[in-house]
Amino acid sequence: MAQIVTLAEAISAAIRDGDTVAMEGFTHLIPHAAGHEVIRQRRRDLTLVRMTPDIIYDQLIGAGCTRKLVFSWAGNPGVGSLHRFRDAVENAWPRPLELEEHSHAGMANRFAAGAAGLPFAVLRGYRGTTLPAHTAGVADIVCPFTGETLTAVSALRPDVAVIHAQRADAQGNVQYWGISGVQKEAVLAASRSVVTVEEIVDRLDPRPGAVVLPWWAISYIAVVPGGAHPSYALGYSARDNDFYQAWDAISRDRQRFADWLDEHVYGRAAAGHASRSVTAC
Amino acid sequence: MLTYTADEMMTVTAARSLRNGMTCFVGIGLPSEAANLARATHAPDLVLIYESGTIGSKPGQVPLSIGDGILAETADSVVSVPEIFNYWLQPGRIDVGFLGAAQLDRYGNINTTVIGPAYDSPGVRLPGAGGAPEIAGACKEVTVVLRQSRRTFARQLDFVTSVGFGDGPGSRQRLGLSGGGPRLVITDLGVLRPDPDTCELVLTGIYAGVPVSRVQENTGWDLKVSAELAEILPPTEAELAALRDLLASRSPAASPAAPAPVAPAPVAAAGVGD
Repeated sequence: MAQIVTLAEAISAAIRDGDTVAMEGFTHLIPHAAGHEVIRQRRRDLTLVRMTPDIIYDQLIGAGCTRKLVFSWAGNPGVGSLHRFRDAVENAWPRPLELEEHSHAGMANRFAAGAAGLPFAVLRGYRGTTLPAHTAGVADIVCPFTGETLTAVSALRPDVAVIHAQRADAQGNVQYWGISGVQKEAVLAASRSVVTVEEIVDRLDPRPGAVVLPWWAISYIAVVPGGAHPSYALGYSARDNDFYQAWDAISRDRQRFADWLDEHVYGRAAAGHASRSVTAC
Repeated sequence: MLTYTADEMMTVTAARSLRNGMTCFVGIGLPSEAANLARATHAPDLVLIYESGTIGSKPGQVPLSIGDGILAETADSVVSVPEIFNYWLQPGRIDVGFLGAAQLDRYGNINTTVIGPAYDSPGVRLPGAGGAPEIAGACKEVTVVLRQSRRTFARQLDFVTSVGFGDGPGSRQRLGLSGGGPRLVITDLGVLRPDPDTCELVLTGIYAGVPVSRVQENTGWDLKVSAELAEILPPTEAELAALRDLLASRSPAASPAAPAPVAPAPVAAAGVGD
């Protein structure tokens, strides 16, 4: 049942050291403020799951929160590499990073299987690639009806899913629209969930293509206006492309990254996310 | 005299390969530029599909990322990520997959994962698979757009992220890959197509001012040249203007495109038309 709390309370209650955490969002609605709160609370040994880890995961990796990454595409979209991720993989800094990598179709189906309460999902995928040689949770499976060989991928069952949404109502029903990614599946696959929202409204009037997650399927809701920045919330904010560009230089250098974390994450309260702008980088 | 860069020639050639009314699953970067150029020129009804779940996007500019708001706001339909892969891509509904690559081999197999020496201790860690393995598997045909060099056109891939023709004829059938595989590889030096008998990529098109020897020097295997090698027409004034307008419409900080993780091919004769 959804409890409406502060962001610091939500992260503190939902995420423990060693947890498997999926902070989802496909370019749109990425829960940056929640990720920063995880860094501020100095969670350790997390297994982070996400289809498209981008700069918030780069920050969580560089800050030393992360033991393992489960993913399908790790990059700064439209810009280039994730330098903290690469430094962890190529140089084990600040600590070694275990990888489990899949394709997007595989990850999407693994979340869907988790949401459906099934141990695995079936798809046409991975065959002929080098991925299965390095990745647990991928296996051939024969269709009992046609005899065709297909691919099975194991279900994802994170301890916690974290997402950002446009809004919730006072009862805790959550509504989001625009590019909706795999957030519904992530929340339903997880044991606990944290949703940050732009605002709480009296009534959720219908929106084209909107997803509504009912109050009883969510653990914690925190109001964090601008909580997706530098990602965006359709109808509320625009994607801060300049920050994604700027991140390339900030993240290349360990010291510059550490200084950035000190100033913009450790040095701020959870409520400070909304005021961040590109000039702050 | 019209002057243009090798990258512009590549993007224009890639755009020309798309026919009006096709459905196109668009990868990030160069493929997205080319697909948007096609829509802005000869193929206004090209259906752009992005893995973020947007079907029929009509952006007026090149999106910086595949999840930009403009893709959702201008789409015919926006679906979840599981749905775009399971209902739209997997059954073979999409005509062409438009992909980039860090490394490609003679059978059109693609690496976007790691560059040597070993998976656990890579020289360069690349972003990984994304949607490419299943796009390469299921689309009716695949076009790959990348800059050509001995590094990108590799004799042996360090990692097979997405399958082209595997190890040659019959591979796709054995693997159960339902789509047709690579039909075109478009680079900054020319165009390659698979030989219908051997499945090996051969040079079938070349740009004005680029000698065949230069394409071969920039290929990591012994590149064969088609008997029907054709010279590809340079960009028209209209094509170049449309491309430059598209790229200029991005935010100033977003252009020029950031360098790829793998060093691009040297483009010595950038102004090949002069």
